[in-house]
Amino acid sequence: MKKKHETPNLDQLESGPWPSFVTGFKRLAEKNEMMSDLLGQLEYSYATKKGYWKGGTLSVMGYGGGIIPRFSEVADKFPASKEFHTLRIMPPPGMHYDTDILRKFCDIWDEHGSGLLALHGQSGDMMFQGCTSDKVQGAFDAINELGFDMGGAGPSVRTSMSCVGAARCEHSCFHEAVAHRTVMNSFTDDLHRPALPYKFKFKFSGCPNDCMNSIQRSDMAVIGTWRDDIRIKQEEVQNFVHARGRQYVIDNVITRCPTHCMTLKDDDNIDIDNRNCVRCMHCINVMTKALSPGKDRGVTILVGGKRTLKIGDLFGTVIVPFKKLETDEDYQSLVELAETIIDFWAENGLEHERCGEMIDRIGFANFLEGVGVEAEPAMVEQPRSNSFIRMDAWEEEADKWHQRHAEKEGVM
Amino acid sequence: MQHTVRQAIESGVPDPFPYMHPLMRKNYAQWDWHERPRPGVLHHVSVQGDEIWTVRAGTQRQMDTDTIRKLCQIADEYADGYVRFTIRSNIEFMLGSGDRVAPLIDKLHEEGFPVGGTGNSVSMIAHTQGFLHCDIPATDASGVAKSIMDALHDEFINERMPNRVRLSTSCCQINCGGQADISINIQHTKPPKINHNTVANICERPSVVARCPVAAIRPALVNGKPSLEVDEKKCICCGACYPPCPPMQINDPEHSKLAIWVGGKNSNARSKPSFQKLAVAGLPNNPPRWPEATAVVIKILQCYKEDARDWERLGEWVDRIGWGRFFDMTGLPFTRFHVDNWVGAKYTLNHSTHIRF
Repeated sequence: MKKKHETPNLDQLESGPWPSFVTGFKRLAEKNEMMSDLLGQLEYSYATKKGYWKGGTLSVMGYGGGIIPRFSEVADKFPASKEFHTLRIMPPPGMHYDTDILRKFCDIWDEHGSGLLALHGQSGDMMFQGCTSDKVQGAFDAINELGFDMGGAGPSVRTSMSCVGAARCEHSCFHEAVAHRTVMNSFTDDLHRPALPYKFKFKFSGCPNDCMNSIQRSDMAVIGTWRDDIRIKQEEVQNFVHARGRQYVIDNVITRCPTHCMTLKDDDNIDIDNRNCVRCMHCINVMTKALSPGKDRGVTILVGGKRTLKIGDLFGTVIVPFKKLETDEDYQSLVELAETIIDFWAENGLEHERCGEMIDRIGFANFLEGVGVEAEPAMVEQPRSNSFIRMDAWEEEADKWHQRHAEKEGVM
Repeated sequence: MQHTVRQAIESGVPDPFPYMHPLMRKNYAQWDWHERPRPGVLHHVSVQGDEIWTVRAGTQRQMDTDTIRKLCQIADEYADGYVRFTIRSNIEFMLGSGDRVAPLIDKLHEEGFPVGGTGNSVSMIAHTQGFLHCDIPATDASGVAKSIMDALHDEFINERMPNRVRLSTSCCQINCGGQADISINIQHTKPPKINHNTVANICERPSVVARCPVAAIRPALVNGKPSLEVDEKKCICCGACYPPCPPMQINDPEHSKLAIWVGGKNSNARSKPSFQKLAVAGLPNNPPRWPEATAVVIKILQCYKEDARDWERLGEWVDRIGWGRFFDMTGLPFTRFHVDNWVGAKYTLNHSTHIRF
């Protein structure tokens, strides 16, 4: 096909060592009009430093969300990319593919769309970018037939993400992919038919390294951890000390422990005061062969993380310090907790208010009461330092604490 | 032609096990330890003694189908026909034998894919859609990512930073790129320009009023038409009103600038997770290569690389040396805009005599 538009700005993004998206766009532009005009519009944006897409409403049969509709505001100049919609499709947890399925996606997308695919968007979806309104249903049907389903968009439960986890990481403290699928597939209705105050994101990280950035980027973060002692292979500790030197171990392992709970002994063994270990992962990250998470594994759950608008960035806050995630009942109660949180937020959240923003507005203690969870020290950095609170129900609340403790001890 | 209507199969998240490399499936939850034999390569060993080598390569994220088919061909020829992607759009090939690592790396280099992004390297930038597909961007994303990764290519293929470095870029102040060690984000500097003729038809006015973080928007009658007005003294130019109300144009080719933020960290390793802090603002939004922003990123990375201790993330390094030294070393100005005045600002001030001289 003849080149339709000059692209002097974009041409400059073809040089340099990093793979160039522009080169790929140009290959597609040789084959289809839509990408040819898309290149033209992108160049026009570069030249004028402005974007030219507007949203709209578009969906597939039976669903409300998952398509990001884009209509060009400069379609008079670039008519073939007048409609350039994205289909968000959920990948398998851990983003594993065989080449057969990837080739099938490519064939479908060459037939129904622009041939441009983003692996993956910030939302965690495969993004099939560049589809006209009349072809969206056909494209989705073909993808859906392969066993893949639409992701989230709008005020809904959104596509989730989990790390590679147990598939290839020794730090994994739970079956991320199983939890991811179990939770998400309990919310397909809330995913496909947006009816919540705003978006709600789950993320699953196998250990406190939190490779999915779940504390800062999800409304409900499920992060692997353990309750018992860090496992130590003293022989490997000694090998490490001999290979790297005592000073390296002292400077990079022992003194970096945030709670100073480690000692390197004269015999080159490591001693850990596990009661004070906060499961930060640092020593395990450095000494991958000698140290590993304990065996009594489970998850810590945090709620309410999100990025900046409207009230400023929010971290997730601990709502469940430790939970086993092994039996069907364990998974079921995780789903139930998520349902309780979403239901409470759906009832009490304002329009366009994320769960964390609602918690900030009503106060964490009120949120806990709303979802039926008792306060515990692991949820706070420190107790309050101001006296501006009415405490006439002190006795009652203190009794609850004593009762919970008595029950816990009774069980033990 | 009307497409035959088909009801969706609401299958949800697909099962990952059929798409997983057989060695991963076999050793699921059985991995024991790992090492990094060279940048871009991970070597994991399971308790059963099985071993798997992973080769990680950078991609352009927005890929044409030919690029994906090429990666598939490489996976078929060199890596058993399986791949996976990381959260930062790197592709990973898994191998059952260490002997196959070098030929795969050679092939990836031959096809133009940099191998790296592991350990204490600078990995691929998490980025957004920008001009390509977003309805509210003030700048591009793929182009910024390409320009900066070109400049940082050597740091992607080597592991010579004190610890891992995560970058992100965002084309508006919603910051879909997210928290990172260094984040390059749009920062608008002028209030929205309102097209009063179209507000009434396009915008649901009460919800636009509710979106404003500083209550600077109020309903008004302008030229006899229901519209919205902005108290420009109150306005913080965040652009929150623009998505629900496109006639409130916030993007400006001249006045939408770039700001660079540093010290975001999501991991719980050593210190608790932290948010990024303002390093510098007022950088020009200068496509196609954004040289000014790129230069600042390189400068900050140089200082970090030279001065930080092993395992210190960028924010942890600044916490140790103090912000005064950070601004001295990088040559960036410290201004009154660096002093927080948002909710919680009082907790960011220095209430002590702890000062470095």
